[in-house]
Amino acid sequence: MDYTWIEITVAAIFLTAIVTAVLSRGAGWLSWHLWRNAMLVSSVVMTGILLWLSWDTVNRVRPGAGRIPPWTVINHEIGLKWDPERRWQVPVIGEETGFFGKIYTPEEAKALVNKGKITFQSRNCMECHTLLGNGAYYAPDLTRAWLDPWWESRIMPMVGAETREEAMKRWLMNPPQYPQGQRIMPNLGLTDEEATALVAFLKWMSAIDTNGFPPHFGMMTPR
Amino acid sequence: MSAVTQGQPKLYESQKLARWYFIVAIALFGAQLLFGLIAAYQQINPRFLLDVAPFMTNRTLHVNAMVVWLLVGMVGGVYWFLPKETGREVVGITLAKIVWWVLVAGVAVLVGIYLFVQYGPGKMTTLWFIMEGREYLEAPRWVDIAIVVWVAVFLFNVIATVLASRRITGILTVLIFDLVALGALYTAGMHYQLNLTMDQFLWWWVVHLWVEATWEVLVGVLMAWSLMYLLGVSRRLVETWLFIEVALVFGTGILGLGHHYFWIGTPEYWLGLGGFFSSLEPLPLVAMVVHSVYDAGAHRLGTVNKPAMFWLIAQAFGNFIGAGVWGFMQTLPQINMFSHGTQLAAAHGHLAFFGAYVATVLLLVYIAFQNLRVPVQVPLDSRLWKWAAALLILGIVGISAAFTLSGFTQTLIERAVGGSTWAAFIQGYTHPWYANTLGWRYFFGWVMLTGYVLLVIDLASIGKKRTA
Repeated sequence: MDYTWIEITVAAIFLTAIVTAVLSRGAGWLSWHLWRNAMLVSSVVMTGILLWLSWDTVNRVRPGAGRIPPWTVINHEIGLKWDPERRWQVPVIGEETGFFGKIYTPEEAKALVNKGKITFQSRNCMECHTLLGNGAYYAPDLTRAWLDPWWESRIMPMVGAETREEAMKRWLMNPPQYPQGQRIMPNLGLTDEEATALVAFLKWMSAIDTNGFPPHFGMMTPR
Repeated sequence: MSAVTQGQPKLYESQKLARWYFIVAIALFGAQLLFGLIAAYQQINPRFLLDVAPFMTNRTLHVNAMVVWLLVGMVGGVYWFLPKETGREVVGITLAKIVWWVLVAGVAVLVGIYLFVQYGPGKMTTLWFIMEGREYLEAPRWVDIAIVVWVAVFLFNVIATVLASRRITGILTVLIFDLVALGALYTAGMHYQLNLTMDQFLWWWVVHLWVEATWEVLVGVLMAWSLMYLLGVSRRLVETWLFIEVALVFGTGILGLGHHYFWIGTPEYWLGLGGFFSSLEPLPLVAMVVHSVYDAGAHRLGTVNKPAMFWLIAQAFGNFIGAGVWGFMQTLPQINMFSHGTQLAAAHGHLAFFGAYVATVLLLVYIAFQNLRVPVQVPLDSRLWKWAAALLILGIVGISAAFTLSGFTQTLIERAVGGSTWAAFIQGYTHPWYANTLGWRYFFGWVMLTGYVLLVIDLASIGKKRTA
């Protein structure tokens, strides 16, 4: 898209005002007719702009199109780095290291993330956690869950896992056994397959370009 | 004014149906408070009912009961006023009654599923029959379909009645326009999306464009009818104000949707667009305050129904403060980057839903109940409604204040200082400024519940004990 948000904003307001004024020639500024026209014109103009922008957005959030990682990101190292141009943290995709000791093909990776997404919905995770900041506020935000230093510093030794994905999986399959803080996550009866898929989904989500949210993740936390 | 002593008031069938809408709405309001109270206690004692009904279950019931009772209450308001506006019985009223009782049965089944099944295996069948797992849209797909059918029948009732009456008013035009958008937008949330960004993109088409656009306009319509009923304001005046409000609600709220697209993976232009338009969203709410206060003053508060008049004014201010001020507090991206996903959003949600929608439905309920039984004193008044209103408002203000404090602590400690990790999250909610608010939140929940009990007693006694 070749227009900036300021240009779109100014255009939306002027278009609404001018079309309303032309349609309401001769009507007083407090008249029924002027405001009926303003209502119709603003609804049409704003809906039109929303649809146009949505078209642009939908095309720019396809997996692999830049902002949203491809499904195969689960095979790779993921990190965050400072982007000097945008001046906030962005995800970086590193070398291919595999996931649970395996390199997933694009089809396998998509199927696994899909299973994880359905599992996340079926267990109603969003009713305690937030994802990309949306959901309930009872449990930690999961946007960058895969990158959380807590897994290595606390959970890996606690559950006796060698890798981060293994630690996440073991913890998720029985959270009340390893309580963290005061709030306890219930045991939601995840199967082995579901837990693997859920970790894949969380890993994929951690590589979404979120315009720097949450700010300076993991840079100042006590470990 | 003297007492009204005529016989049983003649009601349209549509108004008799509206009565059932209001009774179910008020019952679900009670359920909402109850589950909210349990969820509030679980924040204090996280092991309470952990294995039976964990926080997620109570919160699901808390927010779903709210969405359903508020929508049911507002639709009930339309069924109440529509025959008066068109001067005839609603077309297709039998169909409306059948669909209504099917819907009530569906809600009962859904509550059973939420309470006793809670979640299912990671398969599509779970999303269709048990749990869709998207906040506010937790209801499985069969419920979505039932809701669409219900809204479609309602839309048919409205359009067919308007056509049959051969009378179109400005208010009815806005209503039809709005209901078409409301029904169509709900279908945006009825698709499974593997891509989480697209999932949340479409999810907000329902959640935001309902609550911050089409519901607000529906409230504008109901407020317009209520002002005409309560104060006898002229139609010309009410309609012009309604148009101003709709122009501003849609003019700011449609692109204000962008404030949900800051951090979900969508392009950067939403930061500016969402910030700009959503920061103007309080404008129509200011218009509503000016409008209702002006009309009330112009008619020297000479109303036929004092509790309804009170809730009308409370709605205007509550909507402005809860939706407008508390929303503006966190809508600009430079602030939202830190406050997004904290309890500040819950503070805004509680105050805004109460101010904008709870007050509206209570206003409608009082108007309807004034006309259900006779004899009723005019103006309708009692001591009890004042206590009920005072406790409900004190309760929600206390709850929202507690949420605001915990959200402020979370924004500061977890987000701005801590960098939003798991450890920072624990640092946030164990901070005394946060932890100390939990007891207050719970206490004010009980205050609200007390107000609710008084409200139910007051409504039940209208036209029974109270005679002239």
